[in-house]
Amino acid sequence: MIRIAAVFLSVLFLVACGEKAQTASSSQPDAKAWEGTANVHTAKGYTPGQKAAWENQLRARAQTQNEYLKVN
Amino acid sequence: MGRMKFICDAERCIECNGCVTACKNEHEVPWGVNRRRVVTINDGVIGQEKSMSVACMHCSDAPCMAVCPVDCFYRTDEGVVLHDKDVCIGCGYCSYACPFGAPQFPANGTFGLRGKMDKCTFCAGGPEENGSQAEFEKYGRNRLSEGKLPACAEQCSTKALLAGDGDVIADIFRTRVVRRGNGSEVWGWGTAYGQPPHPDAKAPEAEKKS
Repeated sequence: MIRIAAVFLSVLFLVACGEKAQTASSSQPDAKAWEGTANVHTAKGYTPGQKAAWENQLRARAQTQNEYLKVN
Repeated sequence: MGRMKFICDAERCIECNGCVTACKNEHEVPWGVNRRRVVTINDGVIGQEKSMSVACMHCSDAPCMAVCPVDCFYRTDEGVVLHDKDVCIGCGYCSYACPFGAPQFPANGTFGLRGKMDKCTFCAGGPEENGSQAEFEKYGRNRLSEGKLPACAEQCSTKALLAGDGDVIADIFRTRVVRRGNGSEVWGWGTAYGQPPHPDAKAPEAEKKS
């Protein structure tokens, strides 16, 4: 009985030696860009909230930087 | 979708600082903070003066992320390096680690207090809700979630600054280089491969002493 009590007490006291994790909480999970936004500035011509549509929109938009595709 | 990247074509940049202005205007960046800036080297040397627009390059293995003691940085699925200003303590380690000088610190207040770090977000905002007022006030516009590319690149008049999926803009840049037909005379070649500089390049005349 005394042995059990000693083990119990030692476990109880050793709990104080435990250490809380000190890792800084990382950033909040960010919403995906393809999920879109509710504001009025959303580009026209694609459906916000669809990943494939968003990727195609950005690819097409990037090509506007390619003057070799221009007709003029 | 690959990784979002910037490329600046030094053969085209005319140092108009339009990208700098567009960035400041789009995000209402405070006085004293420049998320983007134009760097000119060999300034005044005829034939060798080249400019390049520089901001956060959204490194694949970002040193700022590695050194941040509070782990405030994160990377989006598109490879954009962002940070959480609620976690940032403004220590400046990222500023020392960054090879491009991208992290900026607002120095307002009575004694020039160093505030939370601010940097280019690739127009992707921050951890707040996409397009929200809270996100805008801390990080500026979130153009990516609006289906747009960064304002600096989209408004570049000479299309020197390219932004977007790395594969797409690398193709655009490659096409330019092939069309130009430039070889060993291209600027920067000598630095990289030990060739002589541009034959037409000449140093400016020394100022006459009165």
